Amino acid sequence: MKLFRDTWLVFGRATQLLLRNPVWIIVGIVQPVLYLLLFAPLLKPALGAKTNAEAYQVFVPGLLVMLAIFGALFVGFGLIAELRAGTIERSRVTPVSRGALLLGRSLRDVMSLLVQAIIITVLAIPFGLSVRLGDVLLAYLLLGLIAMFCSAVSYAVALKVRSEDALAPLLQTVSQPVLLTAGILLPLAFAPVWLKNVAKWNPFSWAVDGVRALFNGDPGAPAVWKALVIIGVLTVLAVFWAARSFARSVR
Amino acid sequence: MMIETHGLKKSFRSRQGRDKKAVEAVRGVDLAVEPGEIFGFLGPNGAGKTTTLRMLATLLEPDGGQATIAGVDLRRDPGEVRRRIGYVAQGGSTWDESTAREELVLHARMYGVGKAEAQRRAAVTLEAFQLTEYADRRCKTYSGGQRRRVDIALGIIHQPKVVFLDEPTTGLDPQSRAHMWDEVRRLREEGMTVFITTHYLEEADALCDRIAIMDHGQIVAEGTPDSLKQEISGDVVNIGLSDTTRASDVLGSAEFVRKLETTDNGVRLYVDEAGTAIPLILRALDGEGIALGTIELHRPSLDDVFLTKTGRTLRES
Ligand SMILES: Nc1ncnc2c1ncn2[C@@H]1O[C@H](COP(=O)(O)OP(=O)(O)O)[C@@H](O)[C@H]1O
Ligand SMILES: [Mg+2]
Repeated sequence: MKLFRDTWLVFGRATQLLLRNPVWIIVGIVQPVLYLLLFAPLLKPALGAKTNAEAYQVFVPGLLVMLAIFGALFVGFGLIAELRAGTIERSRVTPVSRGALLLGRSLRDVMSLLVQAIIITVLAIPFGLSVRLGDVLLAYLLLGLIAMFCSAVSYAVALKVRSEDALAPLLQTVSQPVLLTAGILLPLAFAPVWLKNVAKWNPFSWAVDGVRALFNGDPGAPAVWKALVIIGVLTVLAVFWAARSFARSVR
Repeated sequence: MMIETHGLKKSFRSRQGRDKKAVEAVRGVDLAVEPGEIFGFLGPNGAGKTTTLRMLATLLEPDGGQATIAGVDLRRDPGEVRRRIGYVAQGGSTWDESTAREELVLHARMYGVGKAEAQRRAAVTLEAFQLTEYADRRCKTYSGGQRRRVDIALGIIHQPKVVFLDEPTTGLDPQSRAHMWDEVRRLREEGMTVFITTHYLEEADALCDRIAIMDHGQIVAEGTPDSLKQEISGDVVNIGLSDTTRASDVLGSAEFVRKLETTDNGVRLYVDEAGTAIPLILRALDGEGIALGTIELHRPSLDDVFLTKTGRTLRES
């Protein structure tokens, strides 16, 4: 099928260029590992954990969701560089599937997140993190959807604003409150009531709850299926929006 | 006709400060381009050349009008148009960190070609554009001329019937420009129709079989460079001699002279074509025994054409 073939083509190219970028290797791999090694012990009292193991159990899912959101939300900058270089316009004069121009890139972003997630999970095990394989795979699915959603949104917005100067403040303004009200690094259990109410409207707060439940070995928790449905629906909408932007984009 | 358009239109809404303004970038363009010709679009910056090209290349939807390209209706089947055309954007199309070969293989594959065939075509195209030597170096290491040749190679890797080149020589040094002209002529020899835009008069003159002059979103003149020039004034021959009265009598009645003016030091003749007129002038004056001091010919340039049609010179707009 053409969409599938073209997506594979775009994915291959995007991955090749990612691997060629030394900055990505350093920022993408080293930074989360530092977070893991430095922050978790620091946050032990704040997380209300009695042991390091307990701290990791709460901290790792939050860290993974944060990486999924942040890593993917900023991919639009790369697209703006491509717009400027003319490689997007070059693709758009070929009969290549417009959906593939988005999907190939977004799947690359999902893959890069999953590599980070696996590294972090594996590294956290010696520190006492314990999670069942089935649960962690389901958590990765949820993380992959979050990354897909954020990356599609980022590409669509980048195609709309077309300049780093506009994209940077926009993403900052949106991502800060989203991150704070999602209970990503610290659970919202001790948050004031109004913050909990705000969080109900933040889809990522459902996602964090879902991933935490999975890491707690509770795949049957309502938070899990709710998170999958909410993020799944958002991802589908975002993918359609962004693919349409690739088909229509001016200049 | 390889390209035929009727009343092609496009306007943009642009925001200037607080008030929104519509820019009529292309205001009804009618074109007819024959197969196998190099057709040039000459006009100053902002004339609407790129906008027209982007509409023809399916990148931008026209607000009005029709176009048929290589036998396919632009609005009805843009997908098929994409298969039959190549487009080389004004600003380039290569990625710093990729090599020319990678770019060509990827681009060929975007047309649905298999990997092995794409690699074969990339090798052939690199060879044809004399790029093999640099093929596996990253694009950021190329000179301006080399990089522009990669752009053109990308535009024709799928052997399109028509290729659109948007200002392919802008910013190149004279040597690279001459090289680029050779490449463009080679494309025509291979049977492609080339549609090229430029704001260089010399380029339109030297390279194009036919040109359309564009200004403010409209075509103000169209034809071969020579016919356009002749249309406005023909060639001018300035003759320096002392006996202006007799010379005026002899030449004023000659069939090949359109118009005669006397000047301070001789006569000025307007003729259709100086090449054939000069021998006749010499013979006529010689026959009457009129001594001739100097002879000087002035061919109108495309800039004179532009000036006549728009009231401005291309260099100042
Ligand atoms: N995307 C756009 N948005 C707003 N105005 C545009 C856009 N593209 C082109 N224009 C305007 O349309 C006019 C024609 O531009 P263009 O086609 O690029 O001219 P040329 O290629 O002949 O220099 C210019 O006034 C330009 O500013
Ligand atoms: Mg232009």
